[in-house]
Amino acid sequence: MSAAPGMGAPIPRRPGGWGVLAAWGIPILLVLWSFNGVRGELAGFFTAESATQMWAYISRLWPPDRSPEFLLLVARATAETFAISVAGTAVAAAIAALLLYFAASDDVLGAGGEQESASPGRVMGRRAAYLAARAALNLMRSIPELVWAIIFVFAVGLGPFAGVLALGAHNGGVIGKLYAETLENVRRGPVEALRAGGARRSSAFLYGALPQAWPQLVAYTFYRWEVNIRAAAVLGFVGAGGLGQQMHIALSLFLESRLVTLIAAVFILVNAVDLMSGYLRRKLDAAF
Amino acid sequence: MNQAAVPPSPGASRERRILTGASLLILLGSFAYTQSNPALLLSPEALRAIGSFAAAFFPPDLNRDFLSSSLGPVIETVQLATAGVALAILVGFPMALLAAGNFHLGGALFEGDPEPSPAVRRLRAAPYWLSRLLLNFMRSIPELIWALIFVRAVGLGPLAGILALGVAYAGILGKVFAEIMESADLRPALALRAAGASRPKVILYGIIPPIFRQFLSYALYRWECAMRAAAIMGFVGAGGLGQHIEIAMRMFEHRQTATLILELALLVAAADFISSRLRRKLA
Repeated sequence: MSAAPGMGAPIPRRPGGWGVLAAWGIPILLVLWSFNGVRGELAGFFTAESATQMWAYISRLWPPDRSPEFLLLVARATAETFAISVAGTAVAAAIAALLLYFAASDDVLGAGGEQESASPGRVMGRRAAYLAARAALNLMRSIPELVWAIIFVFAVGLGPFAGVLALGAHNGGVIGKLYAETLENVRRGPVEALRAGGARRSSAFLYGALPQAWPQLVAYTFYRWEVNIRAAAVLGFVGAGGLGQQMHIALSLFLESRLVTLIAAVFILVNAVDLMSGYLRRKLDAAF
Repeated sequence: MNQAAVPPSPGASRERRILTGASLLILLGSFAYTQSNPALLLSPEALRAIGSFAAAFFPPDLNRDFLSSSLGPVIETVQLATAGVALAILVGFPMALLAAGNFHLGGALFEGDPEPSPAVRRLRAAPYWLSRLLLNFMRSIPELIWALIFVRAVGLGPLAGILALGVAYAGILGKVFAEIMESADLRPALALRAAGASRPKVILYGIIPPIFRQFLSYALYRWECAMRAAAIMGFVGAGGLGQHIEIAMRMFEHRQTATLILELALLVAAADFISSRLRRKLA
């Protein structure tokens, strides 16, 4: 693309060369390698036999189970999944908020300047707390929800509470990282001014950094809720309650006609939460 | 932050109170409905159970034979994720073309055309709404549920995982691709249109080239997410690392489980690194 003469703003030049070649080449090679690896599977898929098998399965899904007693069960499971997503997100936000102060680096809050002559022991302790908080967030995040759910089902028994804890543990790490990154991006001015005026680290955090980050933190939490409603719908596969558990039961008992009803419930619930979350986020945007 | 600028009206503050109250009620209700009981988690039995569970994971099994046998599932996870995202692009991109509002429905590309009759207008709008609805459905159902369905339909193994990722991620990619197209600079397209190019050519040469990097960049980001998802798919029998994690857990081979989870974390970190490096090149 070249800018036509007299076209006002010049079209910004894009980076080119090896980097772009790699950005195209590596994914293309990866895709070819991957399809080559699963080509046996794919060949099996495009056969008449597999088509009949699939069709047989799909025809068993219809008609969906709409008996009143099952619909009541689905309604209850839907409410449970909703509750798991709300409570799980709240637990995650609480964990993230607790760790946030420690996970904020010295770069944000200041290492303690002329006013506060921090003893070497204190500085080391702070550094250790920072590293521990970051490590905890990483550990929580890298263990998937489903594995957490298995652990908590083992600890507190089958049911929605295990789902709440699993969502809380994994997302505590995810939200914690998002919170910490947001905090890194606040303007340093208010924090530095408070510190220069003699404020302690914790006061600078509370009154200098947090108010700037607050709207973003709330927005992230709602965004994560939208992700969590989807996760909450599947945690039941390992016994952590909600629609997933009903789905697991239906499939184990070969009650395929229930599956469509349950999927419809997931669809409605996920969209309802998206709408709700979007509405609340807009309201909060207006409030801030 | 600029509350002082506009004093809130009494109506607005009342609405806010109601919203806050309702939110708190929902929050508390959710904890109650899920039988959340911190005492249960902090009871000695539960803590002991978690403790013994965690202790059983250590040390991870680093036996050479086990490590080399777990390499297969790692490779399968990478292939599953990559093939799944490739499939998602193949499905999602054409749907995004239909779902992007700006060159449908009397958008910019139809400017200057005579006003169509209501029937024609509705006919033109049908693919738009249909693809939007379908994309929404595909992404509203979590990939793990898709995997569960496909495992029943095509049998155990990575193929079910590829199809599941393909469907769920096509829903996400299609929506985002459509949004990227909607925010595209339309001047090149309009220039081509004015020069008499047909609409498919306008899309091909005027709209897509300037935003192709954004597509690729977002697809790479999704590939990173797919790696995480692919590792979980196995829990319902759709191949990859998850299947081995599930088996190891069920056999109470906790030290092997720990190794597999470590491999998963490494894999995700590696995908993170590669994708963010490549995306930076595209920025």
